[in-house]
Amino acid sequence: MEENRITRGSGLVVVGGSAGSLDVILKVLPLLSERLLIPVIIVLHRKTSDDNILVELLAAKTKLPVKEVEDGDIITPGIVYVAPADYHLLIEKNGGLSLDASEKINYSRPSIDATFESAALAYNTQLTAVILSGGNGDGTEGLKAVKEHKGVAIAQDPSTATAPYMPQFAITAIPMDAILDAEGLAEYINQFS
Amino acid sequence: MEHIYINDNEVDILLNDIISLYGYDFSEYARASLGRRINRLFVLDKFVSFAELRYRVKTDPDYFSHFVEEITVNVTEMFRDPLFYKALREEVLPVLATHPFIRIWHAGCSTGEEVYSMAILLQEANLLHKSLLYATDINPKVLEKLRAGIFPLSQMKQYSENYIASGGKEVFSSYYTANYDRAKFDSNLGKNIIVSTHNLVSDRSFNEFQLIVCRNVLIYFDKPLKDKAFQLFEESLEKLGFLALGSKENLKFSPVGKKFRQLDNRQKIWRKIE
Repeated sequence: MEENRITRGSGLVVVGGSAGSLDVILKVLPLLSERLLIPVIIVLHRKTSDDNILVELLAAKTKLPVKEVEDGDIITPGIVYVAPADYHLLIEKNGGLSLDASEKINYSRPSIDATFESAALAYNTQLTAVILSGGNGDGTEGLKAVKEHKGVAIAQDPSTATAPYMPQFAITAIPMDAILDAEGLAEYINQFS
Repeated sequence: MEHIYINDNEVDILLNDIISLYGYDFSEYARASLGRRINRLFVLDKFVSFAELRYRVKTDPDYFSHFVEEITVNVTEMFRDPLFYKALREEVLPVLATHPFIRIWHAGCSTGEEVYSMAILLQEANLLHKSLLYATDINPKVLEKLRAGIFPLSQMKQYSENYIASGGKEVFSSYYTANYDRAKFDSNLGKNIIVSTHNLVSDRSFNEFQLIVCRNVLIYFDKPLKDKAFQLFEESLEKLGFLALGSKENLKFSPVGKKFRQLDNRQKIWRKIE
């Protein structure tokens, strides 16, 4: 496992969450190394109106730069990207981030599935996808794609989640590489620094 | 979408077929988004193999038309991002009002919800009678809906909230007649709308405008195609004309960006300064 961790999942970490996931993210961010050598992308379900507040809140918790994705952004190591409300966020194979304002998927936009699937295609074994607290099934289909492309799948330990349904649903459907709490997740990400 | 059914190579094959048979070029669309939409269509229309989809697209022009409608994104709203419309009301329309005649181009307008929103703004500013709104899209099917000016009644509550947040002071429902599950907008609003197909990939400029609105269209293009479209908009704008984009889009990465100045930091509206 230790060897796997170094050679796999070392290009990009994508984190998806819904209800209750902000709590975990606010615990993980302060623990992240300032010398992180990979980008982290966060996809959260939320209302459309609180965009700026969310980014400011996240930025206050870490020394890493936090950026809400804009069309045309190129993925850069050491940056924490946040998917904008009301858009799907897709990862391009050329290292670009693209936005998609199409139909909601399972009542969600951004859809965690859509980001995980595109990231799996672009990063293959170099991808780590993390599913956090939430009250619906978004993310599980995306994690299947991550595993098909030999990436690393991680779930938040449901016993630590405010809304355990989402990580539990994924754990039941997919063999996870790890099930972690906030500290464990930060430790995992910090190995890429 | 459970699995990826159509891979990148197959997307390439399909796009080549489409260019040679129909003259539509999707090769410079952002690939992750395009691939996702083709796969979505594959599932929706219950194809069993790529070969079957390819055969259908090549041999059935009606299906091809449906294909274009489905892979180009046609999700739109009235008064989407109300603060954007507030900025149009307060900062752009007063400038346009000084012109004897106003020409506005809605590029990639889809079913036209934003065109009707603009018509309402113009009417409230008493400018509609001297305005022409050019509404264009690649896809003739969505333009039929725009021509009718009929939108789903189920959306009206949301649109009314957007309208009020944009600074609207009228009763929103006074602009349409409800009939079963449809809302038909006042024909007076559609009177100055000129509807036409236009392909941002291949077609050139067709007029000079004081305002071009193109929101959440270029996000589906890759960088070179985006730059080409920005160039086209620059050529199609009068000096001191306005360009309005979607809330997460940015002109500053484009080579023509230096010819524009953003109105303020919060809304994506630029003014052509040279």
